[in-house]
Amino acid sequence: MLELKDICWSTPQGREVLSGISLSIRESGLIVMTGPNGGGKTTLAKIIAGIEKPDSGRILLDGEDITGLSVTERARRGISYAFQQPVRFKGLTVRDLLCLASGRELSETEICALLSKVGLCARDYEDRDVDASLSGGEIKRIEIATVLARGSRISIFDEPEAGIDLWSFSGLIEAFEEIRKSRRGIEIIISHQERILSVADRIIVIEDGRVKEDGGRDAVLSHLLSLSRCPSCPSRREEA
Amino acid sequence: MNADTAEILKIVSDWKDSFCGAYSIRENGKGIERRSTEHVHIEPKKDRPGLDITVDDGTKGETMYIPACVTHGGVDDLVYNDFHIGDGVDVTIVAGCGVHTENGESARHNGIHRFFIGNGSRVRYEEKHIGLGGNGRRSIDPVTEVILGHDSVMEMDSVQIRGVTSTHRTTRATVGDGSSFIVHERILTALDERAVTDFVVDMNGTGSSVDLVSRSVARDESHQSFHSVIRGNARCTGHSECDAIITEKGTVSATPQLDANDIDASLIHEAAIGRIAGEQLLKLCTLGLTEEEAEERIIQGFLR
Ligand SMILES: Nc1ncnc2c1ncn2[C@@H]1O[C@H](COP(=O)(O)OP(=O)(O)OP(=O)(O)O)[C@@H](O)[C@H]1O
Ligand SMILES: [Mg+2]
Repeated sequence: MLELKDICWSTPQGREVLSGISLSIRESGLIVMTGPNGGGKTTLAKIIAGIEKPDSGRILLDGEDITGLSVTERARRGISYAFQQPVRFKGLTVRDLLCLASGRELSETEICALLSKVGLCARDYEDRDVDASLSGGEIKRIEIATVLARGSRISIFDEPEAGIDLWSFSGLIEAFEEIRKSRRGIEIIISHQERILSVADRIIVIEDGRVKEDGGRDAVLSHLLSLSRCPSCPSRREEA
Repeated sequence: MNADTAEILKIVSDWKDSFCGAYSIRENGKGIERRSTEHVHIEPKKDRPGLDITVDDGTKGETMYIPACVTHGGVDDLVYNDFHIGDGVDVTIVAGCGVHTENGESARHNGIHRFFIGNGSRVRYEEKHIGLGGNGRRSIDPVTEVILGHDSVMEMDSVQIRGVTSTHRTTRATVGDGSSFIVHERILTALDERAVTDFVVDMNGTGSSVDLVSRSVARDESHQSFHSVIRGNARCTGHSECDAIITEKGTVSATPQLDANDIDASLIHEAAIGRIAGEQLLKLCTLGLTEEEAEERIIQGFLR
């Protein structure tokens, strides 16, 4: 179980981005986190992964306070994060990265299975460097594959659909569904995509650094849709 | 051959207790074993230390080995090797060098290698350098001169693996019509080691090209400096790239120079020097590596 207690975070310039986020994620299943651009979703994911430290608040994993733990220690306790903007490396190949992610040498068949989950053919990609030569969609898929390779208890995907073409989208959703069905752990997807929202078990809306809504898919979705039908939509945020 | 030579050969030239193909092994300033093949002729020079290596026209698929080993201090080895490569050739030349010191005395290997490459030929030149042992300065100062005819390719792959106290590498190339000079260099320095690498390439031929990629890692208090001059004297394309990672108190200086002396010369240089990007370390940490492991892994890949 993952618990966030009153998490606050400000930018180095002092602007408050997260203003007291509390969440409790007990169940295994698919949680989709959504909300307007700049609302604080990526920041929250980074705080869970340990990449950013909160100014105040606590993070508990199965009751253990992990707020002070490093990225490595959290990774070893089963937290994985697929970056919104994947990192590129001169000199690490797709194979290298997948082996590092899974913590052991992978066989040809295993690499192939992982890459096919994200719609890539191992033959074409395993020996390629994860550098600037990969296209935006390709590197995004590889980023997702590194998290799939870890098979962690908590997997966070930050806008996995961004840059992925229409044709591969269904395959990607299947991969997420597979994790959900396996009931292996908690899967958090940050997304703006209705197709992804529609397969969620639970939807959390983060807006202006706060939890705006949090509930079962149908309840939150129908509410979100009714808001987007509001004619004064563009000025909604000012009114709020 | 002594045991240190055997160890060096394993590291720098794929030695498996023998070589397949033509070879010459140099140990502490003397040629100790040598073999020619039907189309690759290796002969000692008459007027000075070194070899004349002649590869006949049309020789394809052969690999030859010209490693040099210095296994103790007090040696200052200077050797002149000339490679005469015919037309329509496709060969690989493996020329590693290792210097071993133990007792505090310094040792040096200075190999002056000249390549005269004919037309329509392809040469892959592999050069691995390593310093081994304990006390004592270990220097390797290679000079490589390349003259490419037309429609030929010289691919130079050089690595300084570790342990070389001081190196000064000089590379000169003249590239003819439709020919390419390709360099992939990786240098690791640590402790108080120094490395200077210095390229001058003249693209004289129409449609000639050069692609020079240098990657360096300077750790501890080591220093590296990179100089390159690429001159486009005809319609040609030149690309150089110098990437360096520094750690601790390592320093790197890069001075790339591009001279476009022809309206159709197209020259590009890219350089990036700095510590390992924080986000690269973070990404590997999210995969469960410690920061130290992540750094090692990134450097290892970078220098591959
Ligand atoms: N290191 C930083 N320095 C300055 N501002 C930052 C920093 N990190 C995040 N921010 C700001 O914090 C806010 C929240 O950013 P965050 O990336 O968490 O948003 P998001 O909800 O993921 O948005 P999107 O949907 O666009 O991905 C933004 O206004 C962003 O500019
Ligand atoms: Mg984001």
